[in-house]
Amino acid sequence: MATVTVPAPRSPRSTRTRRTTRTNVEMLGWMFMRLSGVLLLVLIFAHLFVNLMVGDGIKAIDFAFVAGKWASPFWQVWDLLMLWLAMIHGTNGVRTIINDYAERDGTRLVLKTLLYLAFVVTVVLGTLVIFTFETCPAGAPTELLPSFCTE
Amino acid sequence: MTAVAENSTSAAETKAGEIPSFDVTLRIRRLDPDRSDEPFWEEFTVTAHATDRVLDAMHKVKWEVDGSLTFRRSCAHGICGSDAMRINGRNRLACKTLLKDLDPSKPIVIEPIKGLPVLKDLVVDMEPFFASYREVMPFLITGGNAPTAERRQSPEERARYDDTTKCILCAACTSSCPVFWTDGQYFGPAAIVNAHRFIFDSRDEGAAQRLEILNDKEGVWRCRTTFNCSEACPRGIEVTKAIQEVKRAMITRAF
Repeated sequence: MATVTVPAPRSPRSTRTRRTTRTNVEMLGWMFMRLSGVLLLVLIFAHLFVNLMVGDGIKAIDFAFVAGKWASPFWQVWDLLMLWLAMIHGTNGVRTIINDYAERDGTRLVLKTLLYLAFVVTVVLGTLVIFTFETCPAGAPTELLPSFCTE
Repeated sequence: MTAVAENSTSAAETKAGEIPSFDVTLRIRRLDPDRSDEPFWEEFTVTAHATDRVLDAMHKVKWEVDGSLTFRRSCAHGICGSDAMRINGRNRLACKTLLKDLDPSKPIVIEPIKGLPVLKDLVVDMEPFFASYREVMPFLITGGNAPTAERRQSPEERARYDDTTKCILCAACTSSCPVFWTDGQYFGPAAIVNAHRFIFDSRDEGAAQRLEILNDKEGVWRCRTTFNCSEACPRGIEVTKAIQEVKRAMITRAF
């Protein structure tokens, strides 16, 4: 006679696979999104206003215009802040979207690796440009340079 | 003599106040794991009254048409929280949804709640849901000796968490949450609501522990405030608001 084993009722079915993390990373990320969002509103709209509306507006933008701006530490800091805040804000946003929508761990890993790679390349390149920008490159035609180069 | 008179009047009354009846089609997403792993749609047409709920129509199907139709229900009056299902694309309790409110001229689409594994027809495995619920420790945590009398609480202190005491654990909120659909690791609105019920209870001393648990990677910070949960709750709990209050408690605790 075959014995039938009946599983005990109400036995715990699955052990939790959730890893408990005891850090504030998610909370800090959440707060960063709010704070940087407010800051970026100011930074970006002032940037757009200065570049596109003031003076000759969009027609004034050329090498000399950008070089003139980046000769001043004020705009260097402004653009650097904008770059970093926007990149972290955007990357964190896309990270949460990947977390929300990617169902498989493998997909998640690939997408996030690509995302972080893009982040590093953009931020490093952008930071490098802002700090090492040559305002008056030697041997360039003077009419293309900002006015203070020839003085 | 009197009996006859009574009979005639009651017959006249039923005729005057007769409840209109109509045919209604239920389009039910079914799964029979013994036969196939593929879910299929089946339509049943039954005659129902304007006072009937979706659950009554389903009972009629189960009792008179097809006994294999499987769904959960216990009290059938909106208290036990057993019969949460997706009716016309929204999570509701079948026992609290009147057919006449759903436009019975079109088929009423009934699916199991999303995000939890379907066992049969409309019955889902609630274990992941209850595992999250257990994890937030939904019981009174106190220190020291138990008082000899009751633990006193003012009406204002009681009102602070009144809304979240209404939860019946039907899973309508958690299974309406898009974050929960793709990532079953998320605690889900119901667990947070039940943590809220104790976090804001003046008699409870486990708030720090619960906040710590919900501060997890899969905790409250995954909430995207889509308000699906508040809309789905059959008890009218302001679920999203409760989640935001837990978030705020965490921030004020940290800074």
